[in-house]
Amino acid sequence: MSVNQVSVFLENKPGTLNKMTEVLAKNNVNIRALSLADTKDFGIVRMIVNDVYEATNVLKDANFVATFTPVLVYGISDEAGSLNNLLQKFAEADVNIEYMYAFAGQKNAFMIFRVNDTKKAENLLASKGLKSLSQEEVAGV
Amino acid sequence: MEHYFQPEIECAPVEKLREIQNKLLPAQVQHVWDNVPYYRKKMQEKGVEPGDIKSIDDLYKLPFLTKADLKEAYPYGLLALPLEDCVRIQSTSGTTGKRVVAFYTQQDIDIWEECCARAIMMTGGTKKDVCQVSYGYGLFTGGPGLNGGSHKVGCLTIPTSSGNTERQIMFIMDLQATIICCTPSYAAYLGESMKEMGYTSDKIPLKIGIFGAEAWSEEMRRDIEKTLGIKAYDIYGLTEISGPGVSCECSEQNGMHIQEDHFYPEIINPETGEVLPEGQIGELVFTCLDKKAFPLLRYRTRDICSLHREKCSCGRTLIKMTRLKGRTDDMLIIRGVNVFPSQIETVLLKNGYAANYQIIVDRVNHTDTFDINVEMTPDMFTDNVGEIQARKKILENGLHSMLGIKAKISLVAPKSITRSEGKAVRVIDKRKI
Repeated sequence: MSVNQVSVFLENKPGTLNKMTEVLAKNNVNIRALSLADTKDFGIVRMIVNDVYEATNVLKDANFVATFTPVLVYGISDEAGSLNNLLQKFAEADVNIEYMYAFAGQKNAFMIFRVNDTKKAENLLASKGLKSLSQEEVAGV
Repeated sequence: MEHYFQPEIECAPVEKLREIQNKLLPAQVQHVWDNVPYYRKKMQEKGVEPGDIKSIDDLYKLPFLTKADLKEAYPYGLLALPLEDCVRIQSTSGTTGKRVVAFYTQQDIDIWEECCARAIMMTGGTKKDVCQVSYGYGLFTGGPGLNGGSHKVGCLTIPTSSGNTERQIMFIMDLQATIICCTPSYAAYLGESMKEMGYTSDKIPLKIGIFGAEAWSEEMRRDIEKTLGIKAYDIYGLTEISGPGVSCECSEQNGMHIQEDHFYPEIINPETGEVLPEGQIGELVFTCLDKKAFPLLRYRTRDICSLHREKCSCGRTLIKMTRLKGRTDDMLIIRGVNVFPSQIETVLLKNGYAANYQIIVDRVNHTDTFDINVEMTPDMFTDNVGEIQARKKILENGLHSMLGIKAKISLVAPKSITRSEGKAVRVIDKRKI
């Protein structure tokens, strides 16, 4: 099961990221994980939030360009070597990673991956014994 | 010492100039009436016949021609001679159906080149000079006009055309060029480049700069004069009327003498069309007095300036026009190239963006900067940085090929562009000229 990430377009200037978090705060949207890709004149915020639909709607109302993107989330134990084991499976399955980021939960760590063909990657990795988390599972950790 | 190309005209008593104009105008009106049905119809609508135009005093009776007329009559509607009598066309840089195509007989070209020759000599040029023409050659009138003028004066002419700065500098230094003709912003760029290469003004052989095709400030003039060690002169012209050399500055560097024995100037109130008295600021209107193939009568240039006839220390009696105060429509001239906001809109829509954009023009180190802010749309957004940049690059290339100059694109947030009364503010021109 892939998870929907919220991707948001931001101008690269002071205050724009804060304007976005203000909208999310006002609407009680909790950010579980966040990563920022930036260029000289613009940036893209990628987030895992507790309520993707609510987050996207309130951002659009506030004149942000926001969209869903399917990503794969895998839980790993929070100890040395576990990311290495996970990535080894990606390599074996010949899955190319466009970008990735992470967040640590109470016990486990969670890795978020953006790949070219989500469905295909998910199946390939499943055949290596990796099970990706569902939206509900991510919201629950 | 002053030099003149045609002193009998340039320094003629005002009465003699008026006599020439009075003789040429009625014949020209008859020529247009007989050969240009488009203009004849305009005259008929106004109830004017050639017989009503006996002298310059009757000029106000004639209808105006505008850029819209040129568009409507494109390409042959304002042509007054059979094509077999024409030998050349020149054209403006407009690219969205706004292109102007002007026709010339050999005599028209001779007149135009004589005007350029007068211009070169007004600035102090003589046959002893080496004249480098760094305006573009081709459809643009800048190169061909000054090239012809330079030949007529008898200068050794270096037809470098525009671009390739290193080669420009090589010719200036190796062939000891004394006159350079180009746009003022290119002259500034050339000056900076030469400075970087270690050429101080005392080592640069140039004496005279003849700069036109875009508006520039007095401050910029002084800067260019200092870096290149020259005297810089303003030259004016437009393809519709002939090309560069319609007017040019003399040694006074204070207003441009108009070749009024060929091109009769008027200043009008752009709102009412009423002719304004000498000294008042308004829209410049030209009537071609003796051009035969493409003889525009009362053509509204949309350039804003005023006319002055005062005794000039150079000895010329030709009336002077002030530097341009601006244009009456939305066209921008950026680095000497005509840019219409509508062209940018076309490219944006073609590439999937919305027509929400803002043009910001400024001048840094005497060179125009050209930035366009484009609002991001849901359709053009993805979570992939590389993809967004690739789309932006396609847009930049599309704009470059449409406009002929490069713009710097910045993607901005939706609805972030200032809107006044519901409409976006399209152009911010910060240039102080």
